[in-house]
Amino acid sequence: MSDETNKGLQSAFRRKLLMGMAAIPAMTMLPRASFAQTPATSAINTTGLAVTDTEVTVGILHSATGTMAISETGSIEAEKLAIEQINAMGGVLGRKIKVIQEDGASDWPTFAEKAKKLLVNDKVAAIMGCWTSASRKAVLPVVEQYNGMLYYPTFYEGLEQSKNVIYTGQEATQQILAGLNWIAKEKGAKSFFFVGSDYIWPRTSNKIARKHVENVLKGKVVGEEYYALGSTQFNSVINKIKLTKPDVIFTDVVGGSNVAFYKQLKAAGVDLSKQALLTISVTEDEIDGIGGENIAGAYACMKYFQSLDNPNNKTFVPAFKKMWGEKTVIGDVTQAAYLGPWLWKLTVEKAGSFDVDKIAAASPGVEFKGAPEGYVRIHENHHLWSKTRVGRAKLDGQFELIYETADLVEPDPFPKGYQ
Amino acid sequence: MNDSRFATRSELIGILVLAALLVVVLPLCLDVFRLNLVAKYLTYAFVALGLVICWGYGGILSLGQGVFFGLGGYCMAMFLKLEASSVENTKIQSTPGIPDFMDWNQITALPFFWKPFHSLTFTIAAVILVPGIFALIIGAAMFKRRVGGTYFAIITQAVAAILTILIVGQQGYTGGINGMTDLRTLKGWDIRPDHAKIVLYFFEVGLLFACIFIAQFVRHSKLGRILVAMRDQEDRVRFSGYSVANFKIFAFCIAAVFAAIGGAMFALNVGFMSPSFVGIVPSIEMVIYTAVGGRLSILGAVYGTILVNFAKTSLSESFPELWLFGLGGLFIAVVLAFPNGLAGIWGDYIQPRISKLIGARKPKSGWTDNSVADGAPAE
Repeated sequence: MSDETNKGLQSAFRRKLLMGMAAIPAMTMLPRASFAQTPATSAINTTGLAVTDTEVTVGILHSATGTMAISETGSIEAEKLAIEQINAMGGVLGRKIKVIQEDGASDWPTFAEKAKKLLVNDKVAAIMGCWTSASRKAVLPVVEQYNGMLYYPTFYEGLEQSKNVIYTGQEATQQILAGLNWIAKEKGAKSFFFVGSDYIWPRTSNKIARKHVENVLKGKVVGEEYYALGSTQFNSVINKIKLTKPDVIFTDVVGGSNVAFYKQLKAAGVDLSKQALLTISVTEDEIDGIGGENIAGAYACMKYFQSLDNPNNKTFVPAFKKMWGEKTVIGDVTQAAYLGPWLWKLTVEKAGSFDVDKIAAASPGVEFKGAPEGYVRIHENHHLWSKTRVGRAKLDGQFELIYETADLVEPDPFPKGYQ
Repeated sequence: MNDSRFATRSELIGILVLAALLVVVLPLCLDVFRLNLVAKYLTYAFVALGLVICWGYGGILSLGQGVFFGLGGYCMAMFLKLEASSVENTKIQSTPGIPDFMDWNQITALPFFWKPFHSLTFTIAAVILVPGIFALIIGAAMFKRRVGGTYFAIITQAVAAILTILIVGQQGYTGGINGMTDLRTLKGWDIRPDHAKIVLYFFEVGLLFACIFIAQFVRHSKLGRILVAMRDQEDRVRFSGYSVANFKIFAFCIAAVFAAIGGAMFALNVGFMSPSFVGIVPSIEMVIYTAVGGRLSILGAVYGTILVNFAKTSLSESFPELWLFGLGGLFIAVVLAFPNGLAGIWGDYIQPRISKLIGARKPKSGWTDNSVADGAPAE
């Protein structure tokens, strides 16, 4: 959007001001306005959703069991925190949010079945849910058929856009390009070695990264290797890395494989303080398993780190820890999940209705100034404008912010020249 | 034992009761969403039915039925996916007219083995023949060499693992771990709306009864008795001049074809196919359905499947964080307390009482004798 870039300076200043004030005033003023004029249910719910004079029902659909539970639990916690905070402020259009939680059980068809149950039987006004691309792909036809609204938190491969989905994570170009630019400039990197898990997200991300390295950065990809999900033997690729001596190792290995990958990298004598490594798949949650000592020095490209120094984050982190325990860590996706209920609330209030069609239409332009990552706004394509940040992993499992883009990066799920 | 070629009187009553339940009671009592769930459960009932023949009667424990369920499902899903990927539906892609996951994986032309799946006739033949022939090859390779029992079970597991890895790894051709999603129409007929779900449900129930009849026929024919004899005394059957391997191959193939029909119906009913039905875990789950229902009972398998899946759905809806423990407890309880499953409970406890109440001429003995003597179940 061209007008956005023109107004860049002006809005950046305004944004800073707003950020400073956001935590308290923005949160206390909105509910009063909605309390003052609690509209009649018949006026704001014309499609038979589960909305009463005092309550509105929302579904949470993540894996509470199975292999993905370890990743998705953070999202469930963040969504419940946001909903509790919204309820404490008086709810949405004067209605308290009631949650129906369903378990996707790390099984994609179960996700589809439960999504259908939430929409058809429970008539939920929105679903906060899904994590893996596979679960989203399974749920997408369901939310489109029954005209539901899904808030999807994970950074993902792009190539998708739906009236019925708001993508609160980054799509691939938002996550990758700025990080590659930064490392190319900062480290003078010319040669890259890609290592990923073998499924759609790493494959698509690496495709985009390869085009960018070759066409824009004029560098070279000296190797590209994929490993099955759950794989724990990385010795052969580590040998290849040692032979080709790339300037940067670029990884999108996911889940438990990360633990093996970084431990073996360290055991093989690759010192991450000397060998640059840029990952787009390791957040604070993963470091919990990998161990700070095994990954310290690596760079991660995300939009949020728990260590971010801004007023919103300083209220968000303690609130999260108070609700879910001192030891919990907050990764990029957890923060994106926290945005879901808030963006939905703000959109409902903007539309003055719970109707999905009206929410879908009102979504573009909705801005959330209380976002822990700073400030986000929904684009016409239902993705978020957000900053790209690079952090360096520290021994204690946290990231130190090294770089962030000056402006919000436009989401571009169908990037021209990268397909 | 009644010498009827097809079913004893009490079996016939059992079939009629099941028919009444599936055709009349459930459609009247459940809304379309729940009925569609029952349709999904019933797709597994095909697998359980095959397992009754193969495992219960033939004594061949296959822990890889997911392979055949998956092959059948994938064949059907390929046809549906091609139809959903018309040029106008996919004009956003770099190569319109091919399935979306191929486009994401930089494939620019439809692979040769996908092309025949434009034809529904070919697809229906493939649903039956691909798994059937695959089972024939595995069966011939194993049984001709007299591999059986535990070794066979382990090898079927290995096949399930291999096929999963193959499907996940070849994501450009198979959709990988995401599977094939967003299946829409069958020959232009939208399979997603409610009325289509109802039609599909009744069609599936019809197919299920066709399979039940085939299973009944196998059981009551000489073939069925040889299977049981083989299970209990393999060598004696061999010395009597029968080719044990061929009978085993037949039982294994019929189980595979039943599973494949279930898989194809799954793709139609759920609009979805993914490798998560092919692997080791779902294959074992399918054995559990049969065990809960009673592995000797044809109708028990159907009830077992419905019950376990119903428990799965309702437990997970009520206790999203604890339901797996409840389900696990249920399995352990059934296997420990009732080794013959639901059919065992019915045959040993309920049926005799009912018989006593209505003063039937043949009370308990008929049931227990049957199930001990020739493995006839107690529906």
